[in-house]
Amino acid sequence: MNVIRLIAKEFFGMFVDDGSLALLALLLVAIIAAAVKLLALPPLLGGALLLVGCLAILLQSVRRAARGTNR
Amino acid sequence: MHSLTPILSTITAAFLASVVEVVEAFTIVLAVGVTRSWRPALTGAALALAVLAALVLAFGPLLALIPITTLQFVVGVLLILFGMRWLRKAILRSVGVIALHDEAAAFSKETAALHQLANDRRADYLAGLASFKAVLLEGVEVVFIVIAVGAAHGQTLYASLGALAAFVLVVLIGLAVHRPLARVPENALKFVVGLMLTSFGIFWTGEGIGADWPGADLALLAIFAIVALASFAMVRGLRSAYPASAGGLAR
Repeated sequence: MNVIRLIAKEFFGMFVDDGSLALLALLLVAIIAAAVKLLALPPLLGGALLLVGCLAILLQSVRRAARGTNR
Repeated sequence: MHSLTPILSTITAAFLASVVEVVEAFTIVLAVGVTRSWRPALTGAALALAVLAALVLAFGPLLALIPITTLQFVVGVLLILFGMRWLRKAILRSVGVIALHDEAAAFSKETAALHQLANDRRADYLAGLASFKAVLLEGVEVVFIVIAVGAAHGQTLYASLGALAAFVLVVLIGLAVHRPLARVPENALKFVVGLMLTSFGIFWTGEGIGADWPGADLALLAIFAIVALASFAMVRGLRSAYPASAGGLAR
């Protein structure tokens, strides 16, 4: 049982380090997928928005971390 | 060219990501072997590899049951999370916000802990457990990377070859120099792997929602270039905006 818990914990940790980074990335994907499937947003535009959105989220996350250490 | 691009990028991503994980696991196994004895070190490592093989055999065939676009979407999203986590850490290490990972320090810490246990009757068991845990935990990441970068384009075999090459290379170098692989430029590797996994993730998530990327598989290279340029710009921007934290370099 410990082994399974250990693996589950490691697996979760593989994706989530900065909680808000993971949450914002998931929100971005969900919003874009919903816009493509429900609002007929062109899928290629959705892909481009995904690229730009991921970079914006990454920038926000690293800036917040850098600000935190400089306080 | 169109079919070679994903094969080469799959092998390279699996190889580079696996090198990082294998080095981390190998450092602990080496510390156990050198400090205690090779029997618990190799027993623990072998048991962990058996558990990993069982995991692959148990979950691998389930992937074939999932429709390819669903698989691309799910794997793509997981790769975005996984890749951006690595990329974030690599950027912050490059600008000195967080410390570089030090394999020599990890080796020293592990050997010191094992020396303290030298007279403990359970020392062999604990040494084997340390080796088992290291190989299992780092191995789970390797298994995920192989499945993730391989499954979405039906290239699990190529991804496995990349991971296997990393394993063989690290073990051969490790046995030859017989000390922790402290010279492996881990943060630079993590930077490149983070860029590749994030690019794979965006590419496959896009395909999963129905995007026909211009240039088909070659779009992967363009996405990689954009993510790389943006990441290097972030490093430069952070270094000038927060000079107090700067000082670390991507080794």
